[in-house]
Amino acid sequence: MNITHLILRRLGIGVATVFIVSLLVFVGTEILPGDIAHAILGQGATPELVANIRARLGLDDPAHIRYFRWLGNLITGDLGTSLANGGSIADDIRERAGNTFMLSGITALIAVPLSLLLGLIASTRPGGIVDRIISSTTLALISVPDFLIAVLLVMFFSVYMGWLPSISSLRGGEDIFKIVRALTLPVITLVFTVLAHMTRMTRTAVLNVLASPAIEMAFLKGVPKWRIILLHALPNAIAPIINVIALNLAYLISGIVVIETMFNYTGLGRLMVQGVITRDIPLVQACAMIFCSIYILLNMSADIISIVANPRIRHPK
Amino acid sequence: MTTETKKSAILDLYEDLTPTAILCIFCLVAIVFVSVFAPFIAPFDEAEIISDESFLSAGDESLILGSDYLGRDMLSRIFYGTRVTVYISVTIATLAFFVGSMFGFLAATLGGIYDATLSRVVDALIAFPSIMLAMILVTALGPSIPVLIITIAFIDSTRVYRVARALAMDIIVQDYIEVAKVRGEGYGWIMWHEILPNAFAPLAAEFGIRFTYAILFISALSFLGLGVQPPHADLGALVRENMQGLLYGTGAPIYPALCIAMITISVNLIVDWFLKRSDASLPDEF
Amino acid sequence: MSSDQMHNDILQVRNLCVDAVPRKGKPFAIVNDISFSVEPGKVVALIGESGSGKTTISLACMAYAKPGCVITSGSVELDGMKMLELNQSEKQLARGVNISYVAQSAAASFNSALTINRQVTEIPVIKNLMSREEAEKKAIELYRQLDLPDPENIGKRYPHQVSGGQLQRLMAAMAMICDPKLLILDEPTTALDVTTQIEVLQAFKNLIHQKNTSAIYVSHDLSVVAQIADDILVLKDGKMVEYGPVEQIVSNAKQDYTRMLIDAAHVMPDTIHPAPVNTKQETPMFEANNITAGYGINHASIVLKDVSLRVNKGETVGVIGESGSGKSTLGRVICGLMSPKIGDLILEGAAIPGALKQRSLEQLQRIQIVFQMADVALNPRHRIQKILQRPLEFYFGMSGQEAKNRVIELLELVELPASFMDRYPRELSGGQKQRVNLARALAAKPDLIICDEITSALDTIVAEAILDLLQDLQDRLGITYIFISHDISTIAKIADTVAVMRLGEVVEYGSTSEILTPPHHEYTELLLDSVPDLHPGWLEKVMAKRLESA
Repeated sequence: MNITHLILRRLGIGVATVFIVSLLVFVGTEILPGDIAHAILGQGATPELVANIRARLGLDDPAHIRYFRWLGNLITGDLGTSLANGGSIADDIRERAGNTFMLSGITALIAVPLSLLLGLIASTRPGGIVDRIISSTTLALISVPDFLIAVLLVMFFSVYMGWLPSISSLRGGEDIFKIVRALTLPVITLVFTVLAHMTRMTRTAVLNVLASPAIEMAFLKGVPKWRIILLHALPNAIAPIINVIALNLAYLISGIVVIETMFNYTGLGRLMVQGVITRDIPLVQACAMIFCSIYILLNMSADIISIVANPRIRHPK
Repeated sequence: MTTETKKSAILDLYEDLTPTAILCIFCLVAIVFVSVFAPFIAPFDEAEIISDESFLSAGDESLILGSDYLGRDMLSRIFYGTRVTVYISVTIATLAFFVGSMFGFLAATLGGIYDATLSRVVDALIAFPSIMLAMILVTALGPSIPVLIITIAFIDSTRVYRVARALAMDIIVQDYIEVAKVRGEGYGWIMWHEILPNAFAPLAAEFGIRFTYAILFISALSFLGLGVQPPHADLGALVRENMQGLLYGTGAPIYPALCIAMITISVNLIVDWFLKRSDASLPDEF
Repeated sequence: MSSDQMHNDILQVRNLCVDAVPRKGKPFAIVNDISFSVEPGKVVALIGESGSGKTTISLACMAYAKPGCVITSGSVELDGMKMLELNQSEKQLARGVNISYVAQSAAASFNSALTINRQVTEIPVIKNLMSREEAEKKAIELYRQLDLPDPENIGKRYPHQVSGGQLQRLMAAMAMICDPKLLILDEPTTALDVTTQIEVLQAFKNLIHQKNTSAIYVSHDLSVVAQIADDILVLKDGKMVEYGPVEQIVSNAKQDYTRMLIDAAHVMPDTIHPAPVNTKQETPMFEANNITAGYGINHASIVLKDVSLRVNKGETVGVIGESGSGKSTLGRVICGLMSPKIGDLILEGAAIPGALKQRSLEQLQRIQIVFQMADVALNPRHRIQKILQRPLEFYFGMSGQEAKNRVIELLELVELPASFMDRYPRELSGGQKQRVNLARALAAKPDLIICDEITSALDTIVAEAILDLLQDLQDRLGITYIFISHDISTIAKIADTVAVMRLGEVVEYGSTSEILTPPHHEYTELLLDSVPDLHPGWLEKVMAKRLESA
């Protein structure tokens, strides 16, 4: 199979997955006992009011028609109106998406290079003192719930030292200094969680490659160690490492939800949690679709990079 | 014959124990004890309001860990919370483990169209971040523990499926499986007698990992207010409801979080030790 | 050897000891007090079976020990340089320049992410011995000397784009690019097909002679070694057994062990298997008629084309071919692991279904298979008793003491002690495991056993014993064998009739004596010519003949 064919196939699978996920998101909220009309009206629902709202929201149509209408609207950017406040969901999301991307972007920028470096350092001398320190610290970190890290950081930096705010809500219009102060603790917490997983996986991936006969051969033919790692091992480790990065940016998604809530950060994650608590179905659907699509996009990019990085595919027989 | 094998295997494990492993096992035994006997060893009922003052510090009014935001005994709350967390997580991990490994083995053994179909379904489900699925279900059905258990177990089983299938795929190509097939053995015998004994150690480790994931996941949900609801509380919910205590400088939100960390670190360290050990017991080849 | 001569030696190894350090338990010696030397321009062969320490010694000559091993004492002197006393970076400087290594599996040892030229020229370029252009020119010259096709361009490819035999030669080019003082060749032809093996061997030999390089040649195969080495060092369990010039070792070995190795070597036996006495027409035990089969959906890629075969009761049909000939696929079709697309399988006059699931218990019981890799054919988590008892339970409903007695009987049949019942497969040697495999097949009381390369992974002496056992069992129990092998000398020892396979087809079929006496089919002749002879000079003769016919 040639390379374009493989990439197109992977793209196709990605698009198909998004559709399956959208179906799941839709069906998931459809299994609500009663329906949205009851959810909106709560206890004071009279049959007339219910019928009224059902007609207005088009709830009397069969499920598949509603699904395609919802999907069509989603694709054209019409995310519907919030049940909780009647406002446009698209506006709500637009307001907060930037904050969430800023938080996750900064986290990724710090965590990815740092953990690749730590993983490489740990793997150059497996079982050595540096490796053991890195391995045990990261093992402890992956075991700890992310909110414990956040609580401890808040306790120290906000409560005892009073240096940083424990609440990081951004309402827009803050100066850069304030934004940096607000972001520091959430970013540190997220970096810790992502870093731990990523460092461990990078270490394993590089060690796997280093154990191959080709690397032993390079050593036996007299190639210096640094050159073996950079020139012989790294090209073979690209695919696994890219996968590690994609997988861990996915951890970031659940981390974002928890950390935004913890710090009252004005982002998509917290918006979604509020939506869940107020049972604001259209809002939850929209947020879920955004998060899932990003997740799928990340995984797809990782797979495509792996395809491109594979010499057997790049240079067919 | 079998009892003898088991005995020597346990003896082997015992001989390989490291101080870390012993400490972790001790912690886990304590946790299990607390979970099972919480009503008998807790000084107070979990709902009983002991003090007029909320957020008493540890040791005040002879409450070992102080009081919570309503003036209830923190230690008793933690005992009961641990019980809820452990019960939920064990159920999730066990369900996920059985469903996942059974389907994983089936897919590998049956192969062909069965494997392809199952694996595609799992691929699609894995493309769904688990927290999103949980949040959607809570929106639809409200925070119900049985629903959460089934949902999370279901999501987790897709991960177990992948591990079990990969393990079984490695085993299924071995010649001894071919020999069993040529003998005319059915799928049941092949899965139970040929694959399972060889996949057991890595699967046991996977069970430990799933258990910690379940703990962290259910705690995170409760921390968000989407999991266990008042008046009951698991460890995650205890952190959430006492967050205000941070401002008063008490440890009320820290103790339950540390408790979670103690369980998960112990399990992870044991898994780590177990994997290294089974790795080391492979024959050295020269 | 006088001290004067010793001074001129390229390599001197003195009292070398290497220990294995398991993660659990005490270290133990795997190489014990080895001394030998390599004179300029000479090839010394290290020969021994698995576990003899031959690879460990060759690596120790580069001052390298595999993970889990440690060089404990002794000295290695390479042209006056004390290898074991160098520090890490000095060792890395010497490797590739003064001493270089050719590994057994070139396919695994080349880095799949870099082009071949990049890897071949890497050492002279990074060590500033040559410019990249000079190195590439030199590489092309070496490719030419090694008879590689398209020497100008082959190096621009990636390792997965060339064949196994070519890769092995390219690895030799990589080892020779700096004109090392000593070249180590570690079983460089073992992974290759027999017909490719001698071409590669000839290429190595020419190169070594042209460059007048000193070399260590590691192998388990005496007949291969006889073609290329000047001196032979025979090893067993990490100790020296015998050390001397090739002619002396081959024709006048002093030690029993060496003589055993020579007897078991893969050379054509003096007497081929006698023609079957019973030639009267009876119903054959097994017939395969016009079998066509392939892998993939609807047999998309065909690997067997119109293959027919028959074997009488109590006889052996040998199936011979190289990798890709379809010989193992034929075995899989007969035992039911794969259904044929077209064709019939007939067991003692009655057709049997192609698919395993449609076969009756009796049909299943009558055909058994034994595989090549003894280690992976036994479930590592089952004790020998469970392994042997299962067919008894499954086919005959035996249990308890009755089954146990039968297991003991079976172990006796394959010449293993009854106490092995309680052991796990990992506690057995390779040959013992293969005997258990055979016993498991015998437990079914089969009429037909398919032996798929069952001696190929074993050391020659052990393989010889298994062949004797097979013959003995056939004489006593009247079992019929389908014996699949890539090695025509093994087939010649055991088979009554032979089918020669190539690219999925039977190219020649007849009684063993017919097949092995001229005139031969062209391909059979090629196979026969590829079986090395113990006598030095054989290689040149064969290659000359090949050139002539080409």
